[in-house]
Formats: sequence, structure tokens, C-alpha cells
Amino acid sequence: MHFRKYSYICTAKVYDFMDTEFVISIDSLTKTFPVGGSFFTALNNVNLVFGKGEFTGLVGPSGSGKTTLLNIIGSLDTPSTGDASVLGHSIAKLTPKESAELRNRNIGFIFQSYNLLPVYTVYENVEFALLLQKTPVDARRKAVMEALEWVGLTDKEKSRPSQLSGGECQRVAIARAMVKRPAIVLADEPSANLDAKNSHNILQTMRKLNKELKTTFIFATHDEKVMQYLTRIVSLRDGEIEKDSLIEKPASC
Amino acid sequence: MLVLKTSFKNIIGAGKRTWLNVAVLSFTFVIMVSYNGFIDGWQQEAYRDTENWETGAGQLWHPQYDRFDVFTLQDAHAAIPSGLRTYVDNGTLTPILITQGVIYPQGRMQNILLKGIDPKQQILSIPSQELAQTGEISALIGSRMAESTALKKGDRVMIRWRDKNGVFDAREILIAGIFSTKVPSVDAGQLWLNLNTLREMTGMPDEATYFVESKDCPLKTDADGWLYKDIDFLTADIKAMTDGNRVESAVIFSILMAIALLAVFDTQTLSIFRRRKEIGTYIALGMTPKRVIWLFTLEGTSFSVLAVLAGFVWGTPLLWWFGKVGMKMPEIDMNVVMGDTMYPSYELSSILTAIVLIVCLSAIISYLPARKIAKQNVVNALKGKL
Ligand SMILES: Nc1ncnc2c1ncn2[C@@H]1O[C@H](COP(=O)(O)OP(=O)(O)OP(=O)(O)O)[C@@H](O)[C@H]1O
Ligand SMILES: [Mg+2]
Repeated sequence: MHFRKYSYICTAKVYDFMDTEFVISIDSLTKTFPVGGSFFTALNNVNLVFGKGEFTGLVGPSGSGKTTLLNIIGSLDTPSTGDASVLGHSIAKLTPKESAELRNRNIGFIFQSYNLLPVYTVYENVEFALLLQKTPVDARRKAVMEALEWVGLTDKEKSRPSQLSGGECQRVAIARAMVKRPAIVLADEPSANLDAKNSHNILQTMRKLNKELKTTFIFATHDEKVMQYLTRIVSLRDGEIEKDSLIEKPASC
Repeated sequence: MLVLKTSFKNIIGAGKRTWLNVAVLSFTFVIMVSYNGFIDGWQQEAYRDTENWETGAGQLWHPQYDRFDVFTLQDAHAAIPSGLRTYVDNGTLTPILITQGVIYPQGRMQNILLKGIDPKQQILSIPSQELAQTGEISALIGSRMAESTALKKGDRVMIRWRDKNGVFDAREILIAGIFSTKVPSVDAGQLWLNLNTLREMTGMPDEATYFVESKDCPLKTDADGWLYKDIDFLTADIKAMTDGNRVESAVIFSILMAIALLAVFDTQTLSIFRRRKEIGTYIALGMTPKRVIWLFTLEGTSFSVLAVLAGFVWGTPLLWWFGKVGMKMPEIDMNVVMGDTMYPSYELSSILTAIVLIVCLSAIISYLPARKIAKQNVVNALKGKL
């Protein structure tokens, strides 16, 4: 895993020859937003690579571009210049259909405000991603129950989101993101609405899945509690990478 | 399938607003079906009665005859041609002779038509067999005529007519019977006499003004110089009348439909606005924007599907009850074939038309606001930002 040691000091270009080891490589990525008559630069010439199985956090003050970066990696947004390659797909070049397919198969999202579908039960919320993939009934049932087990919610499968606590909702969201066993999970402030106990709870769950399934997790966070678990911290400031450090032995877990 | 299931779940989950839309749509649906049911029912009955009482399955007219111009009657008669004799004899064709006359009920004077009909005919429902007895000149009138002249069965009344030479003659006749029919054109202003008696009275032996055909009569073209008139021609006024009613029904339906569609449109616009975060979530989960548009369009369309189902649930007993008791008609127009109670007839085709219209229009109206989804910025939508 020596590539990690260089990933934060070198540009992705240097590592083209070993691209397969990277799940994500971001190359001279700039994102600007039109604001009034001019443009606001939210990300400025960002170069980054993420390897398989990382448990990385994007940290930085509010407005530093964490969410923007996650959205581009998740193909919900497109680069202004430069590109991000996610599992070999160039985000800048994806058609809406291809990007939907990429998200559906390979990327799990966890949002600060959970974003569960209110009319669906816990079970159905988790099942939704698999329905989109047209997974056969038996395999689906098995995968959903397994995912609910991971997050410890098997007894709540028939509840609706409105009947759950915040921590439980976020665990459903984790199950929904994980049920399809995606290569990458993107979590934007997943613990912001949770108390300390619940935060540790879901982080431990995610860390466990990260180890077991080799899923790459990328967080955007301010939360000290989250940072204890991270194996790598990328600090952003004003849309630029300020610091990129590996943590060989995370404090928790 | 997924989209279908999700859309149904969403609208069931949406509560009151859904039921409001469903209620308005299903009300429109049931009104549409029942209104058309009454029109169809009335039309069928009008056709049936007109055929039974007046037109038969078709007619052969003397070339001079025009049913809307009494002055043609003077010349519109001729002897039965030999080619038609067989049909008259086997009962598939019956001659009617018409002449102008005047009746004097209680000293008043009223212009009427004297119509001669064969007492043995089986084609029309007019009870002509009551004219069979000889002796006195007996006549049949309809109930409208009886009312306007204040004549009762057994009354005697003076009539006057011109014979073929234009000479006036007058006689007292006996009202042998009064029949009741929904067809005013064989009733109001006319007196039915034995065909042979009328021929004698006018000096027109063996003559007729037109022939009425039974269903079995094979004559479907002009014959021996007599002009064939088919049933469509003879019932054109009924068609014109129902067409008018259908326009009226279409206007009412359009208004109701517009209200219902406005409610659907409003709901859809609002829901796309309010559920931006949900839309973003669908897209983050891997639905294409196109599919989400499809989902929201289906949601709007589901209102109409539910409305049709609901319409069947509450409409069926209601419409069945309408069918049983009918609708009491005020006496409006004496010239229209209409009973005092109108019974609806629900045609599968008009029910299907109503369903297709409601579903398709709802689909279009739901699609319009849903198109905006494609233009939404997913990232903002996910934040639930406006
Ligand atoms: N759609 C947009 N239009 C204009 N400016 C935007 C848009 N989205 C983000 N920005 C700007 O880009 C910058 C980075 O935003 P971003 O949401 O990535 O910050 P963040 O690091 O996630 O902050 P926070 O910690 O508060 O969530 C901010 O200054 C924001 O105002
Ligand atoms: Mg953010």
C-alpha cells in the first residue's frame, strides 16, 4: 500500500501507470459557481487519489469546498475544469444515464439529514437501491436483512422513518448505502444531527463495514468524533488542499 | 414496476390532497358516464319508439311527398304499383294514405291530417285493428290529440275533408280508441282511419302516399318510381337532437375536467416544489432524471386511476339506481320523442372513452410540471434548497 504515502504529495498524473489501485483519482479539478455576474471558485486545482478501503475525511472550515468535492466524486455535479476519475469513469464525460448507473451500482450516499423516503418502511428504504438494480427477490431479501443486521435494525424493518430516532434514521441510511455493497460510500456530515453516543455507534458500524467489505469511505466533516476514526485526513481551505495526512493508528476502533 | 409502486405509495402517503383530487376526478367521471348514459338511453328509446310507431324499417315515398310540407299531400298519392303488390300482400309493406282535413271538436276548428292505415297491418304499433269494424266511420287518435281536442273514447266529432276533385265533404265520426305513444309525429294533429274508408272518402281507390316496410322487407332501393327512404334519413331529427345533447355534455364534461385537472396540476407543481429533496435522493440513489419525471407523471396519473376505481365503487350503485328508477322528465317539448321517465343506458364504449380521456388528460397535465425536474440542479435539490 505504498502508493498512499505519495498520494498527498504528488499529483495523480504521476500515478497514471498504477491507476488500477486507485478507486478515485482527481486531476486538476476546479469548480466554479456563477455568483451574481462573476464566478466563485469553490475548488481550485485539486489533485487527489483515493485507494481501495480508505476511511478518509475531508475536513476544513465551512465553505472550504468539502461538499462540492463529494458531489463531484458522486457524479451529482460536474467539474468546471479538470476531471475526476471514479472507478475508471471520467465524471466530466458521463451521460446522465451512465452517471445514474455509476451511482446506482457503485456509490452509496449518506446525508446529514438522512434523506430517507418518508412513505417507505425501513425495509423498503433499504430495498430501494436493489430494486433499481433489478436484483431478484430472494437475493434482495437476503441482502436487505443482512444490511439491517449490520446496523442493528432488524427489529425495526416495518417502521417508517417518522417513527425512528435520528440515530436510527442514520443507521437506515447507512444500510441503504451499504446494501448494494458499493465500492465507495460518500458521507456528508453523517453525524451532524446525532449525539455523541449515536455518532460513535454509527462510526463504529461504518468502520466495521469498511474493514469487512473493503469499501472506500469518504467523509466531509467538522466533527472531532468522526476524526478519531479516520485513517486519512484531507484538509481543505478555500477550495485548495492544505494538508493531507495519513493516520497510521486511528485513536478509536 | 418500481416506479409504479413508488408512485402509488407516494400518493397514498400524501393524504388529504390526494383524496381531494381523486374525489374531483371521480365525480367528473361518474357525471360523465351518467350523463352520457341518459343520452344513450334516450336515443335508443327514441329510435326504438320511432321505428315501432312511425318509420318502420324504412319507407317508400310517392315522389311528390314531403313530410314537412302538407301542401304536397294533394298530389302525393298514387295507386299501389304492381311491383309492390306482393309485399303488401305478404305483410312486409303497408300502405299509408294521407290527406288534409279539419276537425270540429266542441265547435272549434282545427287543421289535421287524416291518415289511412290497414287494420290488418302488423308493422307499426298503432292499434289499427280497432278500425276493422264497419258501419260507422271510426277513428283512432293519440293521447296528445285527445288532450288538445278534449275528445274521449266513444265521442263523436265532425270532420271535413276534400276529395280528389277538391270538393268538400263532411261526416261525423266515432272515436273508437285512444292510444298512447311517445312519438308525437303519429299523434299530435292527426286522425287515423281505416285505409279503405279513407280511400272511399277521398275517391282514391287502392292509393297510398307512402309505404312502411317491416324488417323483413327486402326493398332497399327505389321501386316502381317510389323513393326509398332509409331509417337514417327518417330518424335524422333524433340524431340531430342527440348530437346537440352530446355537445352540451361535452361542454359540461370539459368544465368539470378543467377543474379536476387544475387540482391535479396544482398538486403536482406543489409537490415537485416541496419534494425537491426527495427528487435529489432518487437521483443520488441512481435514478435518471428521466425516470424521476416518469415517476412524478405516473403519480399524477395515478390520481385518475384511483378516481376511476373510486368512481366504480360509488358510481355503480348510483348509476344502477338511476337505471332502475329512471329520471322523471318535465313536459318540455311536444315535438320530441320522449317518455315521461327517461332511462339511462350505459354503453361500454362511452365508459371506456371517459376512462381514456380522464387518464390521458391527467397524464399530460402531470407531465407538464414534472418536466422541470430535468432542469433542477441535483445538488441544490438534495439540500432541499429552493
Ligand atoms: N450552487 C452554488 N452556487 C454558488 N456557490 C456555491 C454553490 N454551492 C456551493 N457554493 C459555494 O462554494 C463554497 C463551498 O461550498 P461547500 O458546500 O462545498 O462547502 P463545505 O465545505 O461543504 O461547507 P460546510 O462545512 O458549511 O458544509 C461555499 O462558499 C459555497 O458558498
Ligand atoms: Mg458541506
